[in-house]
Amino acid sequence: MLTGTATYVDDIKMPNMLYAAMVRSPHAAANIRSVDISKAAAHPGVMAVYTGVDIKDVGAIVCGVELPGMRKPHHTVIATDRVYLVGHIVAVVVAKDRYVAADAADLVEVDYDVLDAVGGPEQALAEGAPAVHPQWADNIAFKFEQKGGDTDAAFASADVICKQRMISQRMVANPMETRGCVASWHAADRALTIYTSTQIPHLARTILAGMLGLDENRLRLIAPEVGGGFGCKLNVYPEEAIVSFAAMKLGVPVKWIETRRENFLSTIQGRGHVDYWEIAAKRDGTIVGVKVKIIQDLGAYFQLLTPAIPTLSVLMMPGLYNARNIHAEIVGVFTNCVPTDAVRGAGRPEATYGIERMVDVLAAELKMDPAEIRFKNFVAADQFPFATATGLNYDSGDYANTFTKALDTIGYKKLREEQATARKQGRLVGIGISTYGEICAMGPSPAVAAGGWESATVKVEPSGKVTILTGISPHGQGEETTFAQIAGDELGVPIDDVLVLHGDTSIVQYGIGTFGSRGTAVGGTAVYLALQDIKEKVIRWGSMLLDSNDVRFEGGMCIDNASGKSVSIQTIAAAAYRAMKIPTHSEPGLVATRFWEPGNFTYPFGAHIIHSEIDPKTGQVEIKRYVMVDDIGNILNPMIVDGQLHGGASWGLGQALWEHAIYDDAGQLVTGEFMDYAMARARMMPWIESSHTCTPSPVNPLGVKGVGEAGTIGSTPAMVNSVVDALAPLGVTHVDMPLTPEKLWRIISASQPEAN
Amino acid sequence: MIPNTFEYTAPLTLKVALALIGEGGKPLAGGMSLIPMMKLRMAAPEHLVDIGRIAELNYIREAGGELHIGANATHYDVESSPLIVGKCPLLAETAGHIGDIQVRNRGTLGGSVAHADPSADYPAALQALEAKIVLTSATSQRTVAVGDFFIDTFTTSLEPGELVTEVIVPVEAGLTGTSYQKFLQPASGFAIVGVAARIRREAGKITVARIGVTGVSGNSYRALKAEAALVGKAGSDAEIDAAAALVGEGVEAGADLHASAEYRLHLAANYAERAIRVALSRTA
Ligand SMILES: Cc1cc2nc3c(=O)[nH]c(=O)nc-3n(C[C@H](O)[C@H](O)[C@H](O)COP(=O)(O)OP(=O)(O)OC[C@H]3O[C@@H](n4cnc5c(N)ncnc54)[C@H](O)[C@@H]3O)c2cc1C
Repeated sequence: MLTGTATYVDDIKMPNMLYAAMVRSPHAAANIRSVDISKAAAHPGVMAVYTGVDIKDVGAIVCGVELPGMRKPHHTVIATDRVYLVGHIVAVVVAKDRYVAADAADLVEVDYDVLDAVGGPEQALAEGAPAVHPQWADNIAFKFEQKGGDTDAAFASADVICKQRMISQRMVANPMETRGCVASWHAADRALTIYTSTQIPHLARTILAGMLGLDENRLRLIAPEVGGGFGCKLNVYPEEAIVSFAAMKLGVPVKWIETRRENFLSTIQGRGHVDYWEIAAKRDGTIVGVKVKIIQDLGAYFQLLTPAIPTLSVLMMPGLYNARNIHAEIVGVFTNCVPTDAVRGAGRPEATYGIERMVDVLAAELKMDPAEIRFKNFVAADQFPFATATGLNYDSGDYANTFTKALDTIGYKKLREEQATARKQGRLVGIGISTYGEICAMGPSPAVAAGGWESATVKVEPSGKVTILTGISPHGQGEETTFAQIAGDELGVPIDDVLVLHGDTSIVQYGIGTFGSRGTAVGGTAVYLALQDIKEKVIRWGSMLLDSNDVRFEGGMCIDNASGKSVSIQTIAAAAYRAMKIPTHSEPGLVATRFWEPGNFTYPFGAHIIHSEIDPKTGQVEIKRYVMVDDIGNILNPMIVDGQLHGGASWGLGQALWEHAIYDDAGQLVTGEFMDYAMARARMMPWIESSHTCTPSPVNPLGVKGVGEAGTIGSTPAMVNSVVDALAPLGVTHVDMPLTPEKLWRIISASQPEAN
Repeated sequence: MIPNTFEYTAPLTLKVALALIGEGGKPLAGGMSLIPMMKLRMAAPEHLVDIGRIAELNYIREAGGELHIGANATHYDVESSPLIVGKCPLLAETAGHIGDIQVRNRGTLGGSVAHADPSADYPAALQALEAKIVLTSATSQRTVAVGDFFIDTFTTSLEPGELVTEVIVPVEAGLTGTSYQKFLQPASGFAIVGVAARIRREAGKITVARIGVTGVSGNSYRALKAEAALVGKAGSDAEIDAAAALVGEGVEAGADLHASAEYRLHLAANYAERAIRVALSRTA
């Protein structure tokens, strides 16, 4: 990437390739009276213009989730009679270059009858709100309830009950590379090749084949280099089907590259919760029950996992605590906004934010130290595996140990003393704690919409070089390195001899993809198991070549235990393909494929502590220290792990302090470009003091848990808790995100006018 | 994100450029403001005249107690030129606050001034410096005081066919201290509020005070009341606070997603206080 030599979708150029531009609705809700394509079609250089009518045989967008009683919108890839969100596609123009296509797209005349729109989830539920989908007047897509234990009794027995409404605002996923695809049709073979920027090549192939009415095995889907996904590319979008349709109609390759503006408008976003939390406890701080009512902004239609995301919040709601009685209700509501779906953390950040805030609210109510109340309620190290009230089974952990390390690193006791002194001087100093848990390594197949296993093939080539085909689809996480390390360790070959291939459905056996912090824990395990099969074969061939039945495999050599004579894996590979002689019960070649089904999720955890100070004159937050101690099981590559954690933290801080996808009442995205959407920048990031503890996971033989989302989940509550703690002397118990300077300045000036 | 069709010419001399601009060509300098607007199709010039290769517009020199800076000087040139750093540090300091390094490497002083973004950084410094802007067309040349040049949001006294060719700023005399203080909009990096202070203190008394403000309203301005409140004073904390409080007086502050009018005015006073304080500390 740094040298510009990697191939992303936009680098792909084919002979006679045409370019598509989408015509998108500027309105969040409108009836379409007519679409006039005549001017666009007549524009020089335009090859075709298609509307919803032309493309009606292409299947609707696929959602992989079913919840009881759920209402599922039928979302065609191009709108026909009504648009439901800004950016909804109403036509596509295909032209000889991108510029002509964009010019002609402006010439498509759509006559809209503009309707009232719904710009947010609580607006959707308000009395008299317009209906996003006319057939469902209440805007409710589904209601979902989950109970564990006896919450009524727990709340009745409690000494204190704290309640708090909290918002987890919508966030834009913002991968560096926007979406894009190139489709080319090979009429003679009735075969379609699609290059697309995706996290799930095989699933996308299955879904697209269904939408397009093609045989799955005649659709080759390639994810070339993918410049980040963060969940937003864990989806099949209308454009991929539209571009394929156009390529099949026109018989030449067609390319579409999403502009940044389109990405803001029409790629899924994350979060979008309004949550009502209640926590019940004994006077000594023992938590007896937790309730939450989640109002989830689903957007106008469902992408692949849209309705499932808030159910993940429910699973995570007890956090790291021994809360035996839980009650969660979800109300999924339609809005005239782009759908929400899995974005880094996907449901767990919202829940972790909620429970970690509530624990602080409770501590403040009971006048307890927020560290002490956490120790009091942690699941203890000897309780694992631990069955939660939400039905999970936490695999391993020692929460108190990790938290203690974080407290020691930041010097908690001394810091509290310094804070007391600073408060006497009127300074707004905060210490924020988050002890978070995570659900990773998605996951057991029964719990994951499309299956949660993963596959790997390991091929030792005749020269002894090793090729790994993995079913996951790394797009910046670095598994090409990690998997090569695993192979290097297992087979005793140099890492440079290992090539990891992925993302091409014609090369790689079926796989699930990269999301849910599963890459190494699930995909890496499949690789590890295939390597064990290879080692077995190597020993069989080595025994034959050494004429011994007592050999060991070590450092890339098969060694005869009796004579000490040895033969290298490279020599063995050559013999296995030459096959002059074959070991009994064996076959030529040195290849193994394994599909691995995990028995459980994995549950990383950690403690993040942020020391901050607010400038009372401006409301600006300064992060003085950020200590994170994360336990993600065994660590295979420390540099990659820290990169994931730091990147995750920048997300979480972004949510806490700056980022917000703001929709107005007309359903227009107000923060629809980087000039207004304040994504975290390098210059805004604090120095992060990062370290680890290690409780290996028993779920997989590598003992790894997953790290892609942990930093995101752990950081947000630590930041907000720190700011609320800083404002505590002013009587503040909660502030909604993002914690913008003006918001804090208003709170400060309302409570102490003399400071200004 | 795909601009409309346009013609593109990159003349090597000012003469040719002025002729093309006289015929309606649109100047393109660093493109840091114009290109994004074209990509959003908010601007659709038919003919771009790229002035970036005109060597005649690329200079920084001292003459007659003033610095003459060619329109093509990039923000980075301004930030790093020893001449500007040494003799007009306020302008160099301000340039260092603009955008990020990529923007500073391409964006130009002339382009920023001509664009007149109400949140741009330079205008605050140029107001405090009482800079002069040289405007040249195929047939004429005039020099305009900065206060007359900036008229309103994205509006200057540039006439059709004219280019900003030079910005003139004073060589700072001794005993003068300057500072630019900026509260930035987190997404764009532009100024929500930017205050430039330029203060001369002689024998313990402030003799000259110039305060330029950007970001607060639709146009940059000099805070004359605050300036007047400082002159003759020693510069005590109370005097600074009192003067700073006047910075937004009578100003109709703008409001947007990132800051309300009330907050902008509050920040203006707060950042004026910072700028004055730092400027005074540099008068020695
Ligand atoms: C990411 C980003 C962040 C930024 N952050 C900041 C910031 O923090 N502070 C800040 O002040 N600015 C910021 N900017 C704007 C930047 O400073 C621009 O460089 C500047 O506003 C325009 O200068 P330019 O040379 O790029 O002009 P261009 O974009 O080429 O032109 C701008 C306008 O001026 C006209 N023009 C250009 N040169 C002349 C001339 N010599 N005579 C007459 N008209 C002319 C053009 O026709 C056009 O209308 C940012 C820009 C970006 C992209």
